[in-house]
Amino acid sequence: MTQADMSRDLAAASGAPSCSADATHVAGPHAERLENLYPATPAAVTRDEGLVLYRDMVLGRRFEDKCAEMYYRGKMFGFVHLYNGQEAVSTGVIKAMKAQHDWFCSTYRDHVHALSAGVPAREVMSELFGKETGCSKGRGGSMHLFSKEHHLLGGYAFIGEGIPVALGAAFTSRYKRDALGDASSDAVTAAFFGDGTCNIGQFYECLNMAALWKLPILFVVENNKWAIGMDHNRATSDPEIWRKAAAFGMAGEEVDGMDVLAVRAAAQRAVERARAGEGPTLLECLTYRYRGHSLADPDELRAAEEKEFWAKRDPIQRLAAQLIDQSLATVDELKAIDKEIDAHIADCVEFALAAPEPKPEELTRYIWAED
Amino acid sequence: MAETLLFNALREAIDEEMARDPHVCVMGEDVGQYGGSYKVTKDLYDKYGELRVLDTPIAENAFTGMAVGAAMTGLRPIVEGMNMGFLLLAFNQISNNMGMLRYTSGGNFTIPAVVRGPGGVGRQLGAEHSQRLEAYFHAVPGIKIVAVSTPTNAKGLMKAAIRDNNPVLFFEHVLLYNLSEDIPEGDYVCALDQAEIVREGKDVTILTYSRMRHHCLKAVEQLSQDGIDVELIDLISLKPFDMETIRASIRKTHKVIVVEECMKTGGIGAELLALITEQCFDELDARPVRLSSQDIPTPYNGTLENLTIIQPHQIVEAARALQSGQI
Repeated sequence: MTQADMSRDLAAASGAPSCSADATHVAGPHAERLENLYPATPAAVTRDEGLVLYRDMVLGRRFEDKCAEMYYRGKMFGFVHLYNGQEAVSTGVIKAMKAQHDWFCSTYRDHVHALSAGVPAREVMSELFGKETGCSKGRGGSMHLFSKEHHLLGGYAFIGEGIPVALGAAFTSRYKRDALGDASSDAVTAAFFGDGTCNIGQFYECLNMAALWKLPILFVVENNKWAIGMDHNRATSDPEIWRKAAAFGMAGEEVDGMDVLAVRAAAQRAVERARAGEGPTLLECLTYRYRGHSLADPDELRAAEEKEFWAKRDPIQRLAAQLIDQSLATVDELKAIDKEIDAHIADCVEFALAAPEPKPEELTRYIWAED
Repeated sequence: MAETLLFNALREAIDEEMARDPHVCVMGEDVGQYGGSYKVTKDLYDKYGELRVLDTPIAENAFTGMAVGAAMTGLRPIVEGMNMGFLLLAFNQISNNMGMLRYTSGGNFTIPAVVRGPGGVGRQLGAEHSQRLEAYFHAVPGIKIVAVSTPTNAKGLMKAAIRDNNPVLFFEHVLLYNLSEDIPEGDYVCALDQAEIVREGKDVTILTYSRMRHHCLKAVEQLSQDGIDVELIDLISLKPFDMETIRASIRKTHKVIVVEECMKTGGIGAELLALITEQCFDELDARPVRLSSQDIPTPYNGTLENLTIIQPHQIVEAARALQSGQI
């Protein structure tokens, strides 16, 4: 029994209302971990950096909101998994890395990782509409975004299968440096996946190999507490995922995944270690998805209080407040960015709607390397 | 020409290709210091170092996926399945990622990787180590599948597979590693997509692959004494089939027997005969014959094991029956 469970039981025994004023306890152990992390002292950020992070998170949020709208309007099909709430992770990690140099590997919840990596939003939106102008030429769809140009190794739709692929990219970096003698080969790979993935074999197999061979890789766990309907605390024996790093002799860190500056700082430390040849890091970001697992998920199990707890810690609002508090930006400037991004996304939708469908005569193209 | 054992022919091919292209690397269980469970990578660890000949932990799905990622980012990995049966554990990476990823990514990435190792029924190795995964993997889009049968084609096909920009599943046979013959000196490659006409004949076409080629050769010897002139074709490429060569042979003989080591249901022969029926229906003078292993897990007992797979006398009987009009 966790401390939070115990407090809840005590509250019930004393006749106190089950919905206590202390939102942490109501929201459960996942929230409690976040609260206990550290008294947040905002990491330092410059105006330019801060605005890059803000812009990227707003892009991710507004893009996903538009996806939901398009899905319900019948323009987008299949399973669509939105990223709302988790923006600080994608932005914090990817913006701590080098675009078109480092590598990124995602899951079925991949739209925002693609955007952070620099894949043009027009290409991502087109892909979701199944168009030829999509980053995967309309062949991949929401869960299979790829861009060699932007070093996006892809969205992988089965749990855990992207981690070995990411490991392979990290192996290539080391191979080029140590077997081919290319001293400039210092690309780092970030593999993103969720708490549910941390119970599958490939996760452990790859932690072992990455530590064994000191590969330049970040294992970024986006612990949003829920694997569809399975509460993380019901699925794993030790819910503190970052602690598993110690078993492999690698660096592990737990970070407030709702704080983009904290995520970025942790990612910077991990990237620095990786580039220096010191090997991998397991970075657990405590976060939350605001929407259901996918747009097909009725989302019946998650408590309103839990959602409220996390909504209060919204990463975009938090960064906005920090930028304003530190006089790095004004409310009007941020509003102008929001507006600009809304216009950009409207343009993406128009572009995607007008874009050509893949040609039927090219149905079998791309099976073979020569084609 | 030099007398060479099959495992050494493979080793020469890998060695030559590693020397030719520094992006070629080997990964798998015991491929390095141990030299490979069938010595196909013997001494290459000392020659090329621990990164180019990488001893992996026993984690098939993860190291196969690692090869996918390495191939996507510029390397040309050769993955050894210590026993091809173990690759059932890597089915997801081979199917979803090696096979499908180029298409799913809309041509963003290519996967120039080879997955090689011993398959087939050995001598009393038990069910799990006696599998014919070529049939299981046959439906996966985007992968080429070849099966080697002689030292000569083993070397030429391995070199071609390494140079190919697509993923290639490369089936060796556990009982053929010590086969020996003179092979051409130096650098040569064999086409991955071409069948090999082992013996020309006019009466019956026999289509086979891997170790069954040698069972067929024994049968052909017997049949030729009976005056039956067999055209023996080693498929080599199990995906795609070299239908041009196959059609030309059937147009000549009008009779066909498929001899395979995989199980009958969902086997290589099943797909092959479906294609032959579609493409050569009017050329056939008799119904096609399929000689396959029993649809059972391979038993340990030697007698039962022999009864599970096709033996040369069964090929002789089928050809005689076909030639005499009994079929």
